[in-house]
Amino acid sequence: MRFNDAITGSVLVVFAIAEIAYTRTFPSLFGQNYGPALFPQIIGYSLILAGVILIVRGLKQQRSAGAGSPWIETGEWVHQSRQKINFFLVLLALLAYILFSNWLGFIIISMAILFVLLYRLGSSIITSLLVAVATTATLQLLFSKLLLVPLPAGLLRGLVY
Amino acid sequence: MDALLLAASLVFQPYVLGVMFLAAIFGLFIGSVPGLTATMATALLIPFTFYMDPVPAIACIVTTVAMAIFAGDIPGALLRIPGTPASAAYCDEAYALTRKGKAELALGTSLVCAAIGGIMGSIMLTLTAPVLAEFAIKFSSYEYFWLACLGLSCAVIISTGSTLKGLVSLLIGLFISTIGIDITAGHPRFTFGNVEMMGGISFIPAMIGMFAISEVIRFVVSTTPPERLIQQPIKNIFAGIGTVLSRYKLNVFRGGAIGAVVGVLPGAGADIAAWIAFAVSKRFSKSKEKFGSGHVEGVVDAGTANNAGLSGAWVPSLVFGIPGDSITAIVIGVLYMKGMNPGPTIFLNQPELIHAVFVAFFLANIALIPLGFVAIRFSRQILRVPRNVLIPIILMFCIVGSFAINNTVFGVSIMLVMGLMAYLMEENGFPVAPTILGIVLGTMLEDNFMSSMIKADGSLAGFFSRPIAATLGCLVIALWLIPVLRYCIQTVRARNQ
Repeated sequence: MRFNDAITGSVLVVFAIAEIAYTRTFPSLFGQNYGPALFPQIIGYSLILAGVILIVRGLKQQRSAGAGSPWIETGEWVHQSRQKINFFLVLLALLAYILFSNWLGFIIISMAILFVLLYRLGSSIITSLLVAVATTATLQLLFSKLLLVPLPAGLLRGLVY
Repeated sequence: MDALLLAASLVFQPYVLGVMFLAAIFGLFIGSVPGLTATMATALLIPFTFYMDPVPAIACIVTTVAMAIFAGDIPGALLRIPGTPASAAYCDEAYALTRKGKAELALGTSLVCAAIGGIMGSIMLTLTAPVLAEFAIKFSSYEYFWLACLGLSCAVIISTGSTLKGLVSLLIGLFISTIGIDITAGHPRFTFGNVEMMGGISFIPAMIGMFAISEVIRFVVSTTPPERLIQQPIKNIFAGIGTVLSRYKLNVFRGGAIGAVVGVLPGAGADIAAWIAFAVSKRFSKSKEKFGSGHVEGVVDAGTANNAGLSGAWVPSLVFGIPGDSITAIVIGVLYMKGMNPGPTIFLNQPELIHAVFVAFFLANIALIPLGFVAIRFSRQILRVPRNVLIPIILMFCIVGSFAINNTVFGVSIMLVMGLMAYLMEENGFPVAPTILGIVLGTMLEDNFMSSMIKADGSLAGFFSRPIAATLGCLVIALWLIPVLRYCIQTVRARNQ
């Protein structure tokens, strides 16, 4: 997804203004006019400067490209439902892990994510199943047993642990 | 000398050598699969290095990266797709050689040149780093502030694409580094009451997101069909290498030197070194017209430069804690986690660790020849590994890896957000490397800035009060003026026309 520089620039300027406004709430150190707010403020003002230059550039570009040229250029994939679904599946997989891994446990959620993605990206059901199980087992052994990372047990608590 | 022997005894141990061997296979594999980069390989390794002693951890990263950068040439020569960005500069040239039936020559040259370049870079690292460290021991917060500025400015100016976008990318990174408890007053900044944000954005999940998740997204949305492999038997890759090397010995030397120097510059790594070396090679070649039609000269220059750049990048990382490229940015994070804060004191207090890094570099680059030879032999099999199976597995490794750093799903959230951001940034021509450097150096920059301010009682003149600080400061300001001057010259020229 490609945005015209003017759009990116405006987003940056708005963000920077909000950031600077928020730093006003930071406490200042007694007897000093520089404290925790100083550094973020320098970043904010620089972002505003860069954002304004980006806006000017984007507007110039838009003018030389002629009227009717798009402000936002979407990649080819946005028009293809296959790729669009792939994209959202990856996001969904990550969100699912963030939200449900504790409850479901690593083994279940990992196998589910792997199976769905593998199948979706073109592997057969059997391959997807085998790879999902094998990868999950490897990860579980590697991280939980060897590296002692407490992967969540979830529903399978008591069975495997 | 004692330190060197001690270092060798630390490296030449069955456990470390075993780790290096596994790392080599991992690096060769990741490097040869297009779309999986050396930086991504490093990011995926961190959860493992997390649980190792410093020496095997560093040896593991050094080996993986050296192997991956070479292995990136394999799909470049056989598929015309660089395996890692560092091979992009001469990928067309190597592929043209393959099309002329000289795949063996292309791969053999890049393998031998990679090893030579790696060793040249290692020599440079071994010779310059300790000297610089002795010099750097006298630095105070003023000098470190300017050094960090210098590093970040270089990263912006050298970064691919527009300088302005590089600057925005850097500012985003610096902003991210301010999230969490602030160092001077202990005030939580931009945490919005979230306890997990108080510790700051852990940069390992951020890194995994920016380098691996963005790549996963790019793969699942790509609309290009998988590429066809050139069918050509590969037998003796070392045939004719001797002639090539003796004819282009100057190129080997020049490529190595360019690589090492570019590697030292912060923000410019192996990929930029390869581009510059290739351009220089073409500019000064006696047979310019042959470039592009399968001429081995450019492969010699650039193939040497990218591996030399890898070791060069470690010089500022070890001496000043300022990463030379995105790989060493990750390394610095690993070193901090291991309690080895990079900087000149580490050369004094733990010289054996520093020397172990040197030994690991030499060993990895020497091992590159036999292992790379085997990898080329199996390249057909490696390139046939279906990427649609690999990508979900990589995604799962990323999830577990970012979880393992703090054992919370907060890491996974950071990874997701940063991955999406990196994907959008690259789509819009914003380089990602400055953001990484911003995240890594932000704290150091602010730390030194604030303590300098406190020391000088708020007076900016303090930043120029010491000779080295003043020199560095002037250098930084001169660097900042370059883009402004360039812009002015351009407008004047445009007006005159």
